Amino acid sequence: MRHRNVKNKALLGGIMLLAAAGIAGCGSSGGGKGGQVIVYNWGEYIDPDTIEMFEEETGIEVVYDEFETNEIMYPKVESGAASYDVVCPSDYMISKMIANDMLAELNFDNIPNAKKNIGAQYYEQSKGFDPENQYAIPYCWGTVGILYNKTMVDEPITSWAQLWDEKYADNILMQDSVRDAFMVAEKLNGFSMNTTDPQELETAKNSLIEQKPLVQAYVIDQVRDKMIGNEAAIGVIYSGEAIYTQRENPDLEYVIPEEGTNVWIDSWVILKDAPNKENAEKFIDFMCRGDIAVKNFEYITYSTPNDAARELIEDEDIRNSEIAFPDLSKFNNLETFVYLGEDGDALYNELWKEVKSN
Amino acid sequence: MTSKNKWLSAPYTLWSVVFIIIPLCMIFYYGLTDKTGAFTLENIMAIATAEHAKALRLSILLSLISTLLCFLLAYPLAMILANMKVSQHSFIILIFILPMWMNFLLRTLAWQTLLEKNGVINNILTFLHLPNINIINTPYAIILGMVYNFLPFMVLPLYNALSKIDKNVINAARDLGADNVHTFFRIILPLSVPGIISGISMVFVPALTTFVISSLLGGSKILLIGNVIDQEFTQASNWHLGSGLSIVLMLFIILNMIASAVFDKDGEGSML
Repeated sequence: MRHRNVKNKALLGGIMLLAAAGIAGCGSSGGGKGGQVIVYNWGEYIDPDTIEMFEEETGIEVVYDEFETNEIMYPKVESGAASYDVVCPSDYMISKMIANDMLAELNFDNIPNAKKNIGAQYYEQSKGFDPENQYAIPYCWGTVGILYNKTMVDEPITSWAQLWDEKYADNILMQDSVRDAFMVAEKLNGFSMNTTDPQELETAKNSLIEQKPLVQAYVIDQVRDKMIGNEAAIGVIYSGEAIYTQRENPDLEYVIPEEGTNVWIDSWVILKDAPNKENAEKFIDFMCRGDIAVKNFEYITYSTPNDAARELIEDEDIRNSEIAFPDLSKFNNLETFVYLGEDGDALYNELWKEVKSN
Repeated sequence: MTSKNKWLSAPYTLWSVVFIIIPLCMIFYYGLTDKTGAFTLENIMAIATAEHAKALRLSILLSLISTLLCFLLAYPLAMILANMKVSQHSFIILIFILPMWMNFLLRTLAWQTLLEKNGVINNILTFLHLPNINIINTPYAIILGMVYNFLPFMVLPLYNALSKIDKNVINAARDLGADNVHTFFRIILPLSVPGIISGISMVFVPALTTFVISSLLGGSKILLIGNVIDQEFTQASNWHLGSGLSIVLMLFIILNMIASAVFDKDGEGSML
């Protein structure tokens, strides 16, 4: 999404050294019988039991580290201060890592479950950022849509335009991150969410400025708690959170707006200079096993691209849930974020600041 | 003797080099260079762009209001404390310091829960059939958060300065016929100036630079200069611009320190 260009890696290394000392320390001290694998994943994005099972079955020790955003992950991996094997970035960040030659080509022979279990359509979707499916194996995916409270609206919610309806003034929650916020405004105006056309971006920016007085707050994770607590009528949310919020508050409903939205995929990748490539392949293969993937799905509630795992979901409502497993062919204008380059990122950030300070 | 003293200060010297001097140098390095590493003043001049200047103006305005409110609340309290017996005032000071033992973030999050539309305060007001208050996600909530979080930093230096005033001076004023108002404006207030200056900088500087209070209680709708810097680092990954703007903020802190040094030569307004 956004990134920093630091030429002076020595300086950067200085900061990263402290942060990464723990991991680097583990890296040099060996590990279990089968060696080790160093995994860098999103926070709360795996069932910890599956890591233990992997360690027991293979004797490979897992050194596990977490990041909060793609933007925090990237410089840490790039600086090389901490040597990771497996990372789980999002679509546009993967294209950036490919562009900067940071990823290792995968040998699918060593990861048989990846071809067997992951649905073909997800590889197709991945081609947006990994054109030849050489680098990334889908782990979780989802959409971005509108979560609304049935008791607080009196009409069907179907469109991003309803986030601009004065009826819902002070009852709207927007995402507080530049690309997600602009995605909404771009789709509203019928643009691509990967546009870098200054004219289109200006229009999108003006839409966001126009919307701002109606917005109750710009939030990220808090949209979950605020919607559960009936603080707002409609909010922009990631589909993976929608199932969780519905469990907590049955009045909530999730919808993919008719103008289209963002389909995102977080995928496993192996770094080019990974110290434990073989173990990394074993780890990814293990995570692609149906019984393991279903455990992870039930723990984190983000949609799994693993067909074998979906078969194993016991709750029929969830297995056929329109939220977790929407039929994407029914929707128009679905897109996946791509990396916009340094100038594109800078332009978005500049415009976002104008929205925020208005 | 001197060599022994040097040896004793070694841990602190090391600490300040690693955690103060080096980071400061890095901020100046990033702030004064561009992406290619070439020297530039652009990151500092960027404060003049419309969005940044507006964020800075708003930050200054909100922190001035907060500082004034803190002062008005804290001064009478500090006077009451200073006139109490030791056994009583230490208890009241404890009550003031006690919330500070809890994490600053948690306390600010608690205000969010209190002020929300369906929050605790509005639930109580509804129960009592009183009109609800809707200040969450407005500048008023940010000011409230600032005053709440930084009030102790105003009370303690004021109390310290006031309790150091020799009672004989006040008695002398009375003997010479000054009434309460006169005594206050001619004796107590001027003698407490070091505490006032210290209190103002203890409140104004953190209020000016905060980004947590404004994003939690302002719903990220109100962009303060602290938020701009935070976003440059965590979202835009533009460390150069973030550092440049930080250097501008440092100027305000230095101005504050100069003011403190001029008014408070003896260090009377120190915290405790």
